[in-house]
Amino acid sequence: MQKGVFSILSNREIARDMFEMRLRGDTSALSRPGQFVNIRLEGLYLRRPISVADWTAEELLLLYKVVGAGTRKMAAMRQGETLDLLTGLGNGFDPEKCGERTLLIGGGAGVPPMIGLARKLKEMGKRPVAVLGFNAKEDVYGVERFREMEVPVHVATTDGSVGTRGLVTQVLKGLSDYDDFCACGPEKMLRAVAETCPTTGQMSFEERMGCGFGACMGCTCKTKYGNKRICKDGPVLWKEEVVW
Amino acid sequence: MVDTRVTLSGMELDNPVIPASGTFGYGYIFSEWYDINCLGSFSFKGTTLHPRFGNPTPRIAETPGGMLNAVGLENPGVERVISEELPRIQEVFSKKVIANISGFSLEEYVACAQALDAQEQVGILEINISCPNVHGGGMSFGTSPEMAARVTRAVRDAVKKPVYIKLSPNVTDIVAIARACEEAGADGLSLINTLLGMRIDLRTRRPILANRTGGLSGGAIFPVALRMVWDVYEAVKIPVIGMGGVQSARDVLEMMLAGATAVQVGAANLVNPLACKEIVDELPGEMEKLGIQELKQIIGGAHHG
Repeated sequence: MQKGVFSILSNREIARDMFEMRLRGDTSALSRPGQFVNIRLEGLYLRRPISVADWTAEELLLLYKVVGAGTRKMAAMRQGETLDLLTGLGNGFDPEKCGERTLLIGGGAGVPPMIGLARKLKEMGKRPVAVLGFNAKEDVYGVERFREMEVPVHVATTDGSVGTRGLVTQVLKGLSDYDDFCACGPEKMLRAVAETCPTTGQMSFEERMGCGFGACMGCTCKTKYGNKRICKDGPVLWKEEVVW
Repeated sequence: MVDTRVTLSGMELDNPVIPASGTFGYGYIFSEWYDINCLGSFSFKGTTLHPRFGNPTPRIAETPGGMLNAVGLENPGVERVISEELPRIQEVFSKKVIANISGFSLEEYVACAQALDAQEQVGILEINISCPNVHGGGMSFGTSPEMAARVTRAVRDAVKKPVYIKLSPNVTDIVAIARACEEAGADGLSLINTLLGMRIDLRTRRPILANRTGGLSGGAIFPVALRMVWDVYEAVKIPVIGMGGVQSARDVLEMMLAGATAVQVGAANLVNPLACKEIVDELPGEMEKLGIQELKQIIGGAHHG
């Protein structure tokens, strides 16, 4: 965990209410895909936790959806402005525990961490497959990033305007050649994925947080192996430990 | 060199900065950010006789200049605090800690306090009679002078270490309760706990917090806390630990001028994990700027002259 100042390299809308922010700063505290940063924003008291889409030694990629006051402020920021970030928060996905062929399942604003995870798995010589779910054509983003990494992508939209009509589970029903899955998205989706996929899997959960680094006990959930703080012991939990 | 030392009932502190209970866990989380031995002490997570999961989530909400929390005293229970948390604290903190204790009956308060009284690492027992997020306990002991006095006396009679009572601001007259605690034998007072509040989500039209209400903390409550410290200082002779919305070295000095012997820092730790270290680092410089040589000389200074 580390606190640092990052400067915005670019910030633009890439789909309906979805923004891509590239930041320059010290990313050395990040160790795994699926970790998050906690962002201090002018005029707001609590920091806002945003999952990391991907990173290099000096650059951080955030893809975020505008859902409230915090992300609205972020969307209005320009190149050259700076942000105070806590980085390297959360456990993240464990790529070492992923199989040869892992399904990377992202729903809506849950797609971003799958990008960094895909890169990591490809670097390890594995063959992940992405399954992305959106509401409609206007909401689709990130597909190219997977294709550039030569990761096969299945897209599902609720209204059928792109790819398979329906939810990600509609796609999952047609897939069988995989070892495990990693998923991030709304809790309803995670639960449906856990019920549809017979394999083991890692899932990233969301919760309102106070601190984001394990101090305030604001985001505790019950698991089969005791209480866990989503921000510190999560946000990634194993399918087998989740209490729905 | 300025002198930042203060003394709480015989416990000498290198400086008056103490992270407040519930915002600092059992300390070691923060030693991932800095060496916490720079602190005067810290008040650990509110501990009860039995383990508690706390309230359902959401437990946290944003407010103007602050936050609401309704954690509801999640803690592993005093037995595990002694067997697991205190040894972990020992590894990262060489000074004495303040043991924050909550309960749901006089017997629970006493049993929990006795268990922690026996621990070498504990310097002060801080009895929380002011948690707004639990039902049938916590704050209900802190809203009447009679009940506050009963808890104080029961614990005081059962332990050796100094007993500080942590008071609720959610009362008509905090001074009457402070006096009742002093008369019942309290060695000191900690104030204030959080202010009861709530937020409603416009989209769902329901309270944001699963507990509906929660405790307000953060910079927004500083003037309220300061006023209460001022009033209580005038009414009692025992030391007061001031807290509520403190987020800078200047806030610490202001709290001390109002009457605080030491100062706790709460929500600021959650927004900036380095908050207390920065306050400790800045304190001597701020003292020099204001011509303060010896910090203990300014306690209650705003009441005179």
